[in-house]
Amino acid sequence: MIQLEYFLLLAAALFCIGIYGLVTSRNVIRVLMSIELMLNAVNLNLMAFSNYLDPATARGQVFAVFVITIAAAEAAVGLAIVLSIYRNRDTVDMEQFNLLKW
Amino acid sequence: MTLAEGVQLVSFGLLAAMMIGTALGVVLLSNIVYSAFLLGGVFISMAGMYLLLNAGFVAAAQVLVYVGAVNVLILFGIMLVNKQEDFKVIPRAWIGKLATAVVCVGLFALLSTMVIGTPWALSTETAAGDGATVLIGMHLFSDYLLPFELASVLLLMALVGAIILARREYIPDEPAETAVSDALTLPERPRDLVPAGKSDVD
Repeated sequence: MIQLEYFLLLAAALFCIGIYGLVTSRNVIRVLMSIELMLNAVNLNLMAFSNYLDPATARGQVFAVFVITIAAAEAAVGLAIVLSIYRNRDTVDMEQFNLLKW
Repeated sequence: MTLAEGVQLVSFGLLAAMMIGTALGVVLLSNIVYSAFLLGGVFISMAGMYLLLNAGFVAAAQVLVYVGAVNVLILFGIMLVNKQEDFKVIPRAWIGKLATAVVCVGLFALLSTMVIGTPWALSTETAAGDGATVLIGMHLFSDYLLPFELASVLLLMALVGAIILARREYIPDEPAETAVSDALTLPERPRDLVPAGKSDVD
């Protein structure tokens, strides 16, 4: 029987991979993809808890549906922001996006 | 899900290997187009995990929304900003990468000790199974009605905001005489058209 811990460990690994990609990538689109990875890891957590701790009412599945909705909106707005920054700076390098830094 | 336990275990192992492998590919590959397609692999294996967790509806929603919409949107974004550029080399960038890797491995170790050490209060009720779809619908229209409506408003706001952000900014040369007829149109800078069928390497 698959234990709850397996799913939680897998979600933790996916989340850590997402954080690594988020911090180290220099391409903006790859940063967006890493955020999607992290959101998916959270979703897997929600679904695992829903199945093992509260299987009869399926509340975790409702939460996962909401997270999927918000993630879709986030991807659309994020890509629009990336496009507009790309038009301004003519690059997709994260290190060049320091308009507010110094 | 009525599968034999061995089948469940094997499919979990396959899906987990596929998920971790494709996720590492997303983060580590240098070609961004390969990364985008591998991201689709992560989403597909995630949908398989949802099926193993007795959630057929969310698995279908995952395939429809993530693979069908988000991944395609990201591919479109890559095609729109497809600039082959070699990033300027930052001196001592490996220190940052190493520090990030150490932090991520540490976080994973912390989470795993927590996950393994915690006595989870496992429920003995039977899972809703295929009836979960009906249950989700009941939840959405009774006790989660307000978040549901808020999500719909948020999606509308994201739609309008994305259009406003992604349009070309328009700076009028002369102060526009207040035309009533185009009061509802969104002014946009005219684009310089690229001749069709012409490659950009000439």
